[in-house]
Amino acid sequence: MAEPLLRIDKLSKNFGSIVASQGVSLEVFPGEIHALIGPNGAGKTTLLNQIAGDLVPDSGQIFFDGHDITRLPLYQRSHLGLARSYQITSVFPQLSVEENLLLAIQAQRGHSFRFWRRGLSIPELRDDLESSLERVGLSERAEMSACNLSHGEKKQLEVGMALACNPRLLLLDEPMAGMGPGGTVELSKLIRRLKEKTTILLVEHDMETIFALADRITVLVYGEVVTTGTAEEIRSNAIVRHAYLGDEDEAC
Amino acid sequence: MSSRFDRKKLCLSFGAILLILLPMLASLCGEPYLISLASRILIYALAAVSLDLILGYGGLVSLGHAAFFGIGAYMVAILAHHDFEGTALISWPLTVPGSDSALIAWPAAVLCSGLLAAIIGALSLRTTGMHFIMITLAFAQMLFYFFVGLESYGGDDGLTLFSRNTLPHFDLSDDTQFYYVCLVLLFVFLLLASRLVVSRFGLVIRGCRENDKRMQSLGFPTYRYKLLCFMIAGAASGLAGALIANQIEYVSPGLMHWTRSGVILVMVLLGGTGTLYGPVLGAAAFLLLEEILSIYTEHWMLYFGPLLILVVLFARHGLYGILAGKGKRYG
Amino acid sequence: MPFYVLMLLIIEQILNGLQLGVTLFLMSAGLTLIFGIMQVINLAHGSFYMIGAYVGATVTARSGSFLLGLLAALPAAALVGMLVEAIVLRRLYKKDHVDQVLATFGLIMFFNELTRIIWGRQPLFMDVPAWLSGTVEIIPGIPYPSYRIAVIGVGLLVALFLYLMFAHTRIGMQIRAGASNREMAGALGINIKLIYTLVFGLGTLLAGLAGMMAGPILAVEAGMGESILILTFVVIVIGGIGSVRGAFVGALLVGMVDTLGRAFMPTFFRLFLPTAHADGVAASIASMSIYILMAIILVWRPKGLLPAHA
Repeated sequence: MAEPLLRIDKLSKNFGSIVASQGVSLEVFPGEIHALIGPNGAGKTTLLNQIAGDLVPDSGQIFFDGHDITRLPLYQRSHLGLARSYQITSVFPQLSVEENLLLAIQAQRGHSFRFWRRGLSIPELRDDLESSLERVGLSERAEMSACNLSHGEKKQLEVGMALACNPRLLLLDEPMAGMGPGGTVELSKLIRRLKEKTTILLVEHDMETIFALADRITVLVYGEVVTTGTAEEIRSNAIVRHAYLGDEDEAC
Repeated sequence: MSSRFDRKKLCLSFGAILLILLPMLASLCGEPYLISLASRILIYALAAVSLDLILGYGGLVSLGHAAFFGIGAYMVAILAHHDFEGTALISWPLTVPGSDSALIAWPAAVLCSGLLAAIIGALSLRTTGMHFIMITLAFAQMLFYFFVGLESYGGDDGLTLFSRNTLPHFDLSDDTQFYYVCLVLLFVFLLLASRLVVSRFGLVIRGCRENDKRMQSLGFPTYRYKLLCFMIAGAASGLAGALIANQIEYVSPGLMHWTRSGVILVMVLLGGTGTLYGPVLGAAAFLLLEEILSIYTEHWMLYFGPLLILVVLFARHGLYGILAGKGKRYG
Repeated sequence: MPFYVLMLLIIEQILNGLQLGVTLFLMSAGLTLIFGIMQVINLAHGSFYMIGAYVGATVTARSGSFLLGLLAALPAAALVGMLVEAIVLRRLYKKDHVDQVLATFGLIMFFNELTRIIWGRQPLFMDVPAWLSGTVEIIPGIPYPSYRIAVIGVGLLVALFLYLMFAHTRIGMQIRAGASNREMAGALGINIKLIYTLVFGLGTLLAGLAGMMAGPILAVEAGMGESILILTFVVIVIGGIGSVRGAFVGALLVGMVDTLGRAFMPTFFRLFLPTAHADGVAASIASMSIYILMAIILVWRPKGLLPAHA
C-alpha cells in the first residue's frame, strides 16, 4: 500500500470541559475518497478544522505528505496542497463570482503585491478563471455578486474555489448540507470527477451519498474513532449500527 | 447597466471639469475666498480618499487616521521652523537642516507618516473589530498628547509657518496656483488608487474585508497585505497634512485629535464608503455645510449630529450613491 | 528628601491613582458590558458622564445639597441613556462598526452642543460638600482628602454590588445568558430587548455617577466626556472587552500608571536632564505612558488581561 497522504496521530482537542477530539488516529491514502461520519457532536468538523489549520490541537500530530503540519499557520497550508470548503458557505459575498475564483487562483501564483494591472484582465489568470468557472458550471454567473447566488450555486462556487488551489487533499465539510435531491446528485457527480485529480476527505451526514462515493469510511463518536473500513465493512458493522445508524433511542 | 455606468462617467467628468474651472468661476463671482475654501476641500478630500482605501475597501475602521494627517503637517512645520531659525533639525549623528522647499518637506512628510503608519499598523493589525477601533484611536490620542507636551514646537499653541513652502516654477503663496497643485495631487492619487483597487493587491484587500480567515485558508498572509495598505493610506494622509500646513500656515496638535479622525470618517460616510470618489464629495459636503450652517448659527453641531445619525440609518450609500447610482460598488 | 516624606508622597499618589482608577472603573464597567453584550461600539458614553456632572452640579448649586444633586444626576443619566438606547442605539445593533462609530459620533456632537446651549461655554465649578471637605487619616500620619476617600469607597462598593449581582441574582444570570447566547436566552423567555435597555441604563447610570463625583475634582465643561472616554477605552482594551473583572483590574492599573507617572516622571527625568527640558519631556512621556502600557499588553495578550469567555 502506498504511503498515506494524510496521517493523523493521536490528536486531542478540548474546549474547557468538552472533549472534542480524543486520541484520533487516521490515515488517508492518495487518490481515495475518505468519508468521516458520526452522530452530531462527534467532533467531525473540529477534526477537519484541526487538519485545515483553523484550530490548533492540544496534543497529537498531523502529517501531510510526510511533513508535520500540526502547528503550521493557516495561510501556509494551502501552499502545501491542502484546501477546504466550509459547512456554512464562506464565499466572499460582496465580490463577484469571478473575483471569488480569481482570489483562489491568485493565491497559487506567488505573491499578490502587484498594484497596477487589473486582475480580472490579466490573460494568464483569465484563462485559469474561465476553466474554473466552467468546471463548476458558473460561467453564466461570472459577474454576479456572490451574495445573489442560490444556495446550490454558492456551494458550487465554494468547491470551485477549493479546486482552484489545485489541492492534493481536498477537505469537504458537509458539502450536501441544505441541498435538494437534484443538487445532491450534481455535486456527487462533481466530487466523483474530482477523484482523478485529488484526494478527498469528506464529512457528511447524507448516508446515500457516503455509500455511493466513499472508498473508505471512518466513524467518529464522542470525539473518538470507533472504526475505519470500506463502505461494505462499515455497513455491516454492528457497533457502528448500534452507535449511529440504527439505534434511535441511543441518539441524543 | 450601461446607463448606470455612463451616469458614473458623466458625474465624474462633470466633477473634474468643475474642479478645474473653479478658480475662474470664483473670480467671476467676485469671491476669491472660495478658492481657499476649495483648496481646503481638496486637501481633506485627499485624506478622506486615503481613509476610504483602508475603510471602504479594507474594512479597517481606523479612528486614528488623523495621526498621519497631523504628523505630515508637523513635519512641514518643523522643517520650516528650523529653516527660519537657521537651526538644525538633528545635529547627531548627521546634521539635518531645516527646509522650506516643498520638494524636501513634502516627501519627508509622506515618509514620516508612512513610517508611523507602519508602526501603528504593525501593532493594531494584530487585532480586529472593536479592539482595532479603540487601539487606533488610542494611538492617535497618544500622538496628540505627545505634541501637546512638545514645548519646543509650540505645544498646545501650535506652530506658525512664516510662509508656504517653495516649489520651483510655482508661487505657492498665490492661492490659485496652490489650488491647482492640490488639485493635481488629488487627481494623481485618485488615479493611482483607482488602479490599486482593481489590481491583484486590491482584490486581496477587499477579500480580507469580506472574510479574513477564508483569505488565510486560501493561502494569503493577510496581515502583510493589510499592513501595506494601511501604510499607503497613512502616507497619503501625511501628504494631505503637508498641504494643510501650507494652506493655513499653522499647525497645532488639534490636527491629530481623534475627533479630527472622526470628521474625516464622516466625510467618507457622507460621500459613500468604498467608492473612492464619494469621499471627495463627502469632504465638499461637510466643509460646505460647516461654512453655511456656521453663518446661521454657532450651534450648527446641534443639527449636524442628528443629521449624521439620520444619514447612517437611512442614506447609507452616501452622496455618491445618490448621484452616480447605487449599483455594485466600485471595483 | 527624607524617606518618610517620600513615602508620604508615594502613598498620597497611590491613593490618587486609586481614586482615578475607581472613576475609570465606573465608566468602563458599563461600557464593557455594552460592548460585550450588545456588541455595539458606543462613542457617546462620555456624554452620560458629562450629563451626570452637569445635572449634578446644577441641582447641587440650586438646592445647596450635594446628596440631592447626586440623587438627581443618577436618574438623569440613566433616563437619557435609556432614551438614547431606544431611539438610536437599538437600530445600530445589527449594523457595521463604522455605522455605530459614526452615529454615536453624531450623538457626541449633539450632546456637547446642547450642553453649551443650556449651560454656556464657561465651565461650571462644583464645590466639595462641607461634610466631606476635611481630611481623614486612614493611615496614621497621612491626612488625605475625605472626599477622595469617599469616591474610592463608592467605587469599591459599586464593584462589590456588580459582582454580587452577576454572580448571585436572577437578573444577573439573565444578562450573562443574553450575553453568551441571544437566541437561546430569548427562547427561554428572557426579554432580550428589556435586558439590553436595562444594561444600557445601568451603564449610563454608572457613567453619570462617575461624572457627578468627578465634578468637584475636575471642571465641569462640554467635552469633558471625551477625555475620560479615551482612558476608558484604554481600560477596556487592557482589561478585555465584555469583562467587568477585566475592567476593574484595567481601571486600577491605568489609574495608577497615569497618576504615578505624572507625579514622579519629572523628578525622574530631572536626574538626567536640565529642569526645563526634563519637565517637558516628562509631561509628554507621562501622558503617553498608559498608551505605551496598552501597546505592551496588547503585544503580550491581544485579547486583554482577563477576557470574558467568547
